[in-house]
Amino acid sequence: MINLKVNGKAYQVDVDPSTPILWVLRDTLGLNGTKFGCGMAQCGACTVHLNGDAIRSCVSPVSRAAGKEIMTIEGLSDDITKRLQEAWIAEDVPQCGYCQSGQIMAAAVLLRNKPNPTDNDIDLGMSGNICRCGTYQRVRNAIHRAAKMKPKAVK
Amino acid sequence: MKKNTGDSRFSIKYFLYFVLALGFITAVAQPFNNKKNKTISPENKAIAAATITDATTINDKSDADKKREEESANAFNEVYKVLMHPRCMNCHPSGDAPLQGDDSHIHVQNVTRGPDGKGLYAMKCSNCHQSENVAGLNMPPGNPNWHLPPANMKMIFQGRTPAQLARQLKDPKQTGKSMTQLLEHVEHDKLVLGGWNPGDGRTLPPMSHEEFAKNFREWIEKGAAIPQ
Repeated sequence: MINLKVNGKAYQVDVDPSTPILWVLRDTLGLNGTKFGCGMAQCGACTVHLNGDAIRSCVSPVSRAAGKEIMTIEGLSDDITKRLQEAWIAEDVPQCGYCQSGQIMAAAVLLRNKPNPTDNDIDLGMSGNICRCGTYQRVRNAIHRAAKMKPKAVK
Repeated sequence: MKKNTGDSRFSIKYFLYFVLALGFITAVAQPFNNKKNKTISPENKAIAAATITDATTINDKSDADKKREEESANAFNEVYKVLMHPRCMNCHPSGDAPLQGDDSHIHVQNVTRGPDGKGLYAMKCSNCHQSENVAGLNMPPGNPNWHLPPANMKMIFQGRTPAQLARQLKDPKQTGKSMTQLLEHVEHDKLVLGGWNPGDGRTLPPMSHEEFAKNFREWIEKGAAIPQ
């Protein structure tokens, strides 16, 4: 049994410790917002937060998350991620949408580290998240928009 | 023509006389010369002998030093082959992005070094690189402390000649390490050893880690010579 904390809730999962976090989230816990893209940490679709870092869940064994906090796209609730959700809607960012949960999880880490990012900061922070629809310009606009929004009260 | 031949014979004759006379004078003068040598006091002779002995020793030492220096430089040339291999050089790039593959292309996610060498924002090394290699062909290799040299101590290998790299490694201001610490890094750092366990689909450096460390030690112990 492995003890996990996902989006603030505690879970005990009975899986092989080498199972990638992605499959525990999707198959064991039914949290399907996190996507499988390449399975080898190349595309960023599976990005979730582990103790605040934007890890690639497809190559990270669940043993790595024992005793730590995972946050997925379903768990977005703090100020930054709320602003990102609003900005994403306002800019109408997604096309097919498959990469977008990974994009938002990466953008959240960027804004936490760099509250007012330049275009270059966005390039550096987001270059690991591939979008096959080519929504990069809208991703960039949405991050700038989220950065300019007034901080909101956290629940 | 005849006159010229006669003149020439005349000159040769006088030249021969001159040579014979010079030979005679030299022979006669020689004993005087020996006598002059005998006038050197025993004390002076001893000093002269000592000087000669010292000079001989210095010459011997210099030969030994030269040999040592050559061996040291040769050992570094072996070390250099490993340092410039993609498994080592890819994490010692001249720019701020790590390199990938045997062709040392820029890391495809365009990862950036960051101040501590561990990446930036959502692009931290450990986001993908686990504490050990992920199983499978060309999957991310792993280490608990995966990183590039930090921004204030970049330790660039890419593009360095053997002499430049040897000078750089000898300069604690550029390595942040003493030679002893450098040797420790080369012999025991798991990130260095990881070069010989790079995961499926990656080539190995051109010699074993043991051989590499042996050459590195020899380079240092024989004076850390700068190869030509």
